[in-house]
Amino acid sequence: MLRKIRITLATLFFVGITALFLDFTGVLPTYFGWMAKVQFVPALLAVNIAIVAGLLLLTLIFGRVYCSTICPMGVMQDIVSWIAGKKNKRRFTYSKGKTTLRTTMLILFAVALVANVAWLASIIEPYSAYGRIVNNLFAPLYAWGNNLLAYFAERADSYLFYTTDVWLKSAGTLAVAATTFVVIFILAWRNGRTWCNTICPVGTLLGFVARYSLFKPTIDTSKCSGCNLCARGCKASCIDSKSKEIDYSRCVACMNCLETCKKGAMGYRYAGFGKATKKQAETSPGNNGRREFLSAGAMVTAGSLLAQANKKVDGGLAIIEDKKIPERATPIVPVGAGTLKHFTTHCTACQLCVSKCPNNVLRPSSSIERFMQPEMSFERGFCRTACTACADVCPNGAIKPIVPEQKSSTKIGTAVWIADNCIANKDGVTCNNCERHCPNGAIKMIRKKDADRNTPRIPMIDAERCLGCGACEYVCPARPFSAIFVEGIEEHRTI
Amino acid sequence: MKEDNRSLNSGRREFLKRLGGSAVAASSVAIIGCSGDKGAKKYTAEGAGGEVPTDKMTYRTNHNSGDKVSILGYGMMRLPMTKNEKEEEIIDQQRVNELVDYALAHGVNYFDTAPVYCKGASEKATGIALSRHPRNSYFIATKLSNMRGDNSFAFGKEMFENSLKELQTDYIDYLLLHNLGNRNAYTKRFIENGLLDYLQQQKREGKIRNLGWSFHGEKAFFDFMLDEAGVHWDFIQIQMNYVDWQRGNPTAEYMYNRLKEKNIPVVIMEPLLGGRLAKMNYQAMAMLKEREPEASVASWAFRFAGTYDNILTVLSGMTYMEHLQDNIRTYSPLKPLSEDEKALLMDVAKRKMGFENIDCTDCKYCMPCPYGLDIPAIFAHYNRCLDEGRMPQNEMDEDYKKQRRAFLVGLERGVPKMRQADHCTGCRECEHHCPQRIRISHEMRKIDEFVQKLLGDGRI
Repeated sequence: MLRKIRITLATLFFVGITALFLDFTGVLPTYFGWMAKVQFVPALLAVNIAIVAGLLLLTLIFGRVYCSTICPMGVMQDIVSWIAGKKNKRRFTYSKGKTTLRTTMLILFAVALVANVAWLASIIEPYSAYGRIVNNLFAPLYAWGNNLLAYFAERADSYLFYTTDVWLKSAGTLAVAATTFVVIFILAWRNGRTWCNTICPVGTLLGFVARYSLFKPTIDTSKCSGCNLCARGCKASCIDSKSKEIDYSRCVACMNCLETCKKGAMGYRYAGFGKATKKQAETSPGNNGRREFLSAGAMVTAGSLLAQANKKVDGGLAIIEDKKIPERATPIVPVGAGTLKHFTTHCTACQLCVSKCPNNVLRPSSSIERFMQPEMSFERGFCRTACTACADVCPNGAIKPIVPEQKSSTKIGTAVWIADNCIANKDGVTCNNCERHCPNGAIKMIRKKDADRNTPRIPMIDAERCLGCGACEYVCPARPFSAIFVEGIEEHRTI
Repeated sequence: MKEDNRSLNSGRREFLKRLGGSAVAASSVAIIGCSGDKGAKKYTAEGAGGEVPTDKMTYRTNHNSGDKVSILGYGMMRLPMTKNEKEEEIIDQQRVNELVDYALAHGVNYFDTAPVYCKGASEKATGIALSRHPRNSYFIATKLSNMRGDNSFAFGKEMFENSLKELQTDYIDYLLLHNLGNRNAYTKRFIENGLLDYLQQQKREGKIRNLGWSFHGEKAFFDFMLDEAGVHWDFIQIQMNYVDWQRGNPTAEYMYNRLKEKNIPVVIMEPLLGGRLAKMNYQAMAMLKEREPEASVASWAFRFAGTYDNILTVLSGMTYMEHLQDNIRTYSPLKPLSEDEKALLMDVAKRKMGFENIDCTDCKYCMPCPYGLDIPAIFAHYNRCLDEGRMPQNEMDEDYKKQRRAFLVGLERGVPKMRQADHCTGCRECEHHCPQRIRISHEMRKIDEFVQKLLGDGRI
């Protein structure tokens, strides 16, 4: 019974969170968004005291049920292990706890967080690691499947499915996700919950608490025949049937052993009060010396599209060169982040916002300082004022909740004009696309110096009005580098 | 054809009557029986519309040359396309051959092409398809399309000579000065460089049998060409359909009447307004279907064009076999419109214009856009949504969400993101190529604003 409840809850959370990462339509956060917000580390970074306290209390009462139901990474391992166990159900053996390794990993994790290297810590943070796996490995398959349906829908004159772009957002992040998946898959296939009881910082932390939990699986020594069946079925390898003891810091309260025991010796029972231990300190602000401003070197100028006025024939489409990402001295992060520092110290790179961005603006960074953490760029779309998708879903508080009104008055960057790329300036072609699309009227076309009335006008940017939304950069006809691009700012501000 | 229909109808009534006596349950049987009956109506490879006659085509005589020209002319501007092994769009020659063979077998004998059509591949494809038949079994019309910058004599001469080569022939039956728009351009393209003299010389030598022009300009220039140009024109090609009949400057009615008064045979282009008179909003469609339930919407436009007796031929760019068949049916033989029916079409035209369609006929003269926009596809999507009454206009509307989604998803399907209206720079490079004189960049801006508003946060 208890096992069935565990499986039911685990399925609910696992399906919900996975769907949350797969969905690109932006519908699901309304229903499943909270599932990301109750994850331990995200709640910790968001200083969501109620949730952190709730999870600790949950563990103190029931043991590590968090690990067996709420954590999607844990459930993923259970699934892998379950498939592997189809052949040989009793393949586990008891092993001693690797306390030194576990504690070391936990300390390293904490140090990385405190030292503001959130991305490094996030590599072993279970929820984010799972998010990256889904976002990088499974979301593309899901999207392709969707596109196939869209292909048929189009032929059936249905608007039920529409095509979505599948593109490589960051090779580095993909590599990390793939490596994480392979390693965890192999570990789970062979030994169940090895990862949770050696590397995972959340597992170790909750393990400290679970030692003292009120309810625990316990062995009734009077009934136990020492048959070892329970240990061979324990994916956490925490039951020592010889000494009839269970390592509760590693037990994930999966309840499997309750049903395995033929003698009825195993029971999930009230075990009395234990001492609650002190928890790890929350993140503290660190210094911010690492950012060095690279002087924005001259952009690689690239020829803008040349008008093909004298082409002899009708029809055909001009080839469109893909836009390239300009080198930004300061990365652009979404409204809601407040400051770049807040963002980099709170984001664990779970990629949830990346998977939710309807305008293809967010993608994981490849830079060494913010590896895998999202940043904005505008080759495929721009940050629409009416959209708050990333802020709606961020479980870490790295992007705090915002409303569109707030967004339309928050400056996150400044547009910069590159004279050499601008077709109005260089090719003498009329163009005012940037002016036309600026949502805040920050761009005005002005007369060139010493030019007559008929010379095409060039854009003037009012840096104080510019929000940094990237609309100008996106619609700029200059390719591969836009003639106008957004530089990020360290500190967002209201204008 | 009409006789045929009537007998079929009475047959169907008979059939229903026989079944009608039985219980209510029989009504469903009757419906099935009805379609079964339709099946009996010569449901052959020629499609659902019935028989396609081979020998009933209406012909008109060109009094200048004595040519007996089929009232249906084949426009070679919208030929079927396919992809080669490099995924490049090329003309599907196999299908062109089939269409041409079918057209000739059913009495169509006028084929209209131009050096610039189908990205410059139309003449060659036309030449390949036609050269498989005796040269005296068809008339070839092609054009001097020197409207893209180069006004030199050499360029024009080479273009004409190349037309002969591509079309695999020694003479052109109908040669047109392509797309005359204003007096200045006409002077530059044909007078100052001596090209018109050259073409008249070619006519004397028999390499051109009829010399004329196609027109996309304003009234004063039209009158100038007729009254003051000082050239004998054998025929003239104008845009005429029931929407343009009383619209524009000049109206089609004005041009037609002037040409009739001058006794110059008229060739009609855009009888369907680039296919837009084949698709229309349901109210307008219902008006036509109530009168002739079995006739296609397009057939009305063709009957309108053919009704006027000074029309030599009506060009239709038929991409698909069923369009060719439908048009042959309409014109085999032509049933001229009654005054009553003409009035009905004028009524439909008024309704159609009320919807503020963009007058794009998908001729692609504007393309390629230097910034990669797919101009005709953007307009086509916009027009289609208007025509079908699916324009998401008011957020309070019950269907708004559904319509918004259909509009945006349809747009993504029809036009890749980077080729949509928001990428228009407003350079207006396209505008002087547009024979419909659409203010393309202005329209693009309007559509863009509409789409941006519709997009909101970007979620579909």
